[in-house]
Amino acid sequence: MTAPSTQTTKTASGIPALLKTAFINAVIALVLFSLMVGIRTEAGSEGQLTYWTRFGELASLVAAVFGGSIVIELLRQWIGPAGTEKLVPPALQKGMSLVGRYLAPALLIFTLLVPVIFYNQRYILDLAILVLTYVMLGWGLNVVVGLAGLLDLGYVAFYAVGAYSYALLATNFGWSFWICLPLAGILAAFWGVLLGFPVLRLRGDYLAIVTLAFGEIIRLVLINWQSLTGGPNGVSGIPRPTLFGIPLNNSDDGLAAKLGIEFSPTHRIVFLFYLILALALLTNWVTIRLRGLPIGRAWEALREDEVACRALGINTTTTKLTAFATGAMFGGFAGAFFATRQGFISPESFTFQESALVLAIVVLGGMGSQLGVALAALTMIGGFELFRGLETYRMLVFGWAMVLIMIWRPRGLVGHRAPTVYLKKAQAISSDLVKEGHG
Amino acid sequence: MSGERILNVDQLTMRFGGIVAVQDLSFAAERRKITALIGPNGAGKTTVFNCITGFYKPTGGAIRLTHADGREIALERLNDFRIAKQAKVARTFQNIRLFPGMTVLENLMVAQHNMLMRASGFTLLGLVGAPTYRDAEKRAIDLATDWLKRVNLLDRADDAAGNLAYGDQRRLEIARAMCTEPALLCLDEPAAGLNARESAALNELLLSIRDDLGTSILLIEHDMSVVMEISDHIVVMDHGVKIAQGTPREVRDDPKVIAAYLGADEEEAMAVMESGS
Repeated sequence: MTAPSTQTTKTASGIPALLKTAFINAVIALVLFSLMVGIRTEAGSEGQLTYWTRFGELASLVAAVFGGSIVIELLRQWIGPAGTEKLVPPALQKGMSLVGRYLAPALLIFTLLVPVIFYNQRYILDLAILVLTYVMLGWGLNVVVGLAGLLDLGYVAFYAVGAYSYALLATNFGWSFWICLPLAGILAAFWGVLLGFPVLRLRGDYLAIVTLAFGEIIRLVLINWQSLTGGPNGVSGIPRPTLFGIPLNNSDDGLAAKLGIEFSPTHRIVFLFYLILALALLTNWVTIRLRGLPIGRAWEALREDEVACRALGINTTTTKLTAFATGAMFGGFAGAFFATRQGFISPESFTFQESALVLAIVVLGGMGSQLGVALAALTMIGGFELFRGLETYRMLVFGWAMVLIMIWRPRGLVGHRAPTVYLKKAQAISSDLVKEGHG
Repeated sequence: MSGERILNVDQLTMRFGGIVAVQDLSFAAERRKITALIGPNGAGKTTVFNCITGFYKPTGGAIRLTHADGREIALERLNDFRIAKQAKVARTFQNIRLFPGMTVLENLMVAQHNMLMRASGFTLLGLVGAPTYRDAEKRAIDLATDWLKRVNLLDRADDAAGNLAYGDQRRLEIARAMCTEPALLCLDEPAAGLNARESAALNELLLSIRDDLGTSILLIEHDMSVVMEISDHIVVMDHGVKIAQGTPREVRDDPKVIAAYLGADEEEAMAVMESGS
């Protein structure tokens, strides 16, 4: 007797709430669309402002929002809270954990073989280089965002510093790539510390805004400092990298001539591929090593609880600065690679969109996870290319895919955290416990 | 007070705008002793703690810490992490502050950060895997294991700290503070939320820290079974000022203390006591 009655009260209280939500959404839609859709303005034949109203379209849009809200709310109640247990059957989860164990080595072997398999497909090689560049950027930003928990929206600034450092040093002084590469990293790290100082006391949203501004400042300086950077025209004629002094071109002292094989432009692409792969693997190795060292543990502790860190005698200032500097250094390396690959750079390549893309890769991958970031870079950059055939709908499909992934795995593709030290057995730590950091 | 003093708080005053949280508070803590700071809610106990451990900068007064070798440190001049690093004062928090996403062992390793940082040559030696660092890390794990045994958490070493039961988290926080090898351990309500059995185990742990390791303890506590049983000296605060101090027995019989806790005025408390005895 009691059960049906509670059932009815539940539905009864559900319908007004449902209508209320839908009504609020409809009102919001009305406010938004009344100006965007309801009134249409245009310049008349004599330059005067003419306008007319489109209340019919407005009404249908608001009605669609009202109906859609009800449908979505009903669906949500019907499906219930989206837990991973419910969406993914246990058998599949078990299989996935098995895949997870061998995924990283398999991916690495496949990556090493990419130039062999796709030797004649320039498009795929170029795409692979692009993906690897973003893998490296993602791993670099992962130190700042994933480990230290400091939300950095201006990461592209360090990418730009690295690229311009190499471009300017190489074109002005004729220094080789291998000398400029560490210099680009050091300069980017220096700028990382410079950004770090003013933002040390900031947290969360405030930190994000200042780092965002920093990224824009660097870009605007690059545009306006014409005498040094060439302004919007950028820097061109950046030297290509050499294999320890041996150029990869069609000349007599080029690599092909020295090895006695026929020259092909693909040689340079393959060389660039292995170069960025080596740089990315270096980033990965250093990050994994640092995680197991006191500095890396302090970064993660900082993400978990800054106050407790201070109570344990950890210098939070230097800890934050080293995180910024390390992340920035890898960004600088990637920038130098970008410059030598393109041969031409301009401020246009270093917009906020790049920062957002790299941050999306880190978040989608699962903050702090190296494998997750690599998979996310592959999904984001490769997936975006995959949908090229859909033309106009590319962004839409891509957006849906991202939303679905985030519903399915709210803490990223690889959400759990591996401990850095253990007594008996290393147990993965559930993402529910790991903090995102607050600044 | 006869013994050697480790902490000397002199005329400590802390103001937040117009509110005086602590006024002209003076007390001392002896070496190898347990000193308790008690008082009703809002008496200013945690503010005193935050001044001692550098989370607040006192408006006035002096806080001196004397190390066993005679070195004196003015705590009011050091700030945040330096108090833990240089003055060797460790603390726990009223609302537990562990690193929930890190394992129990990792929590204790983070506590040994400064030692490990030096051993890793500020990361450079550690990055190349120098043997000196590996030895230091091994010693750090040994110390952590030792503490896990003491607080009875050894079999939970590889679990996430956030997964521990409340009482275990309390003990882990004390173990983490002790892994910094402090001269003075400051505990902010260590028995809060513990059941009778857990609180008895806590008493034993604190006594062993005092007797076996010779660490001085300063604690804030509401649980009188803990305070009265293990404290050597008690300081009672109310409304930011000291109202009494002495041994547990002296404090228990002090009418001012009873009045403060019962919320009545002195005469009434005297009357209550006289009728009781």
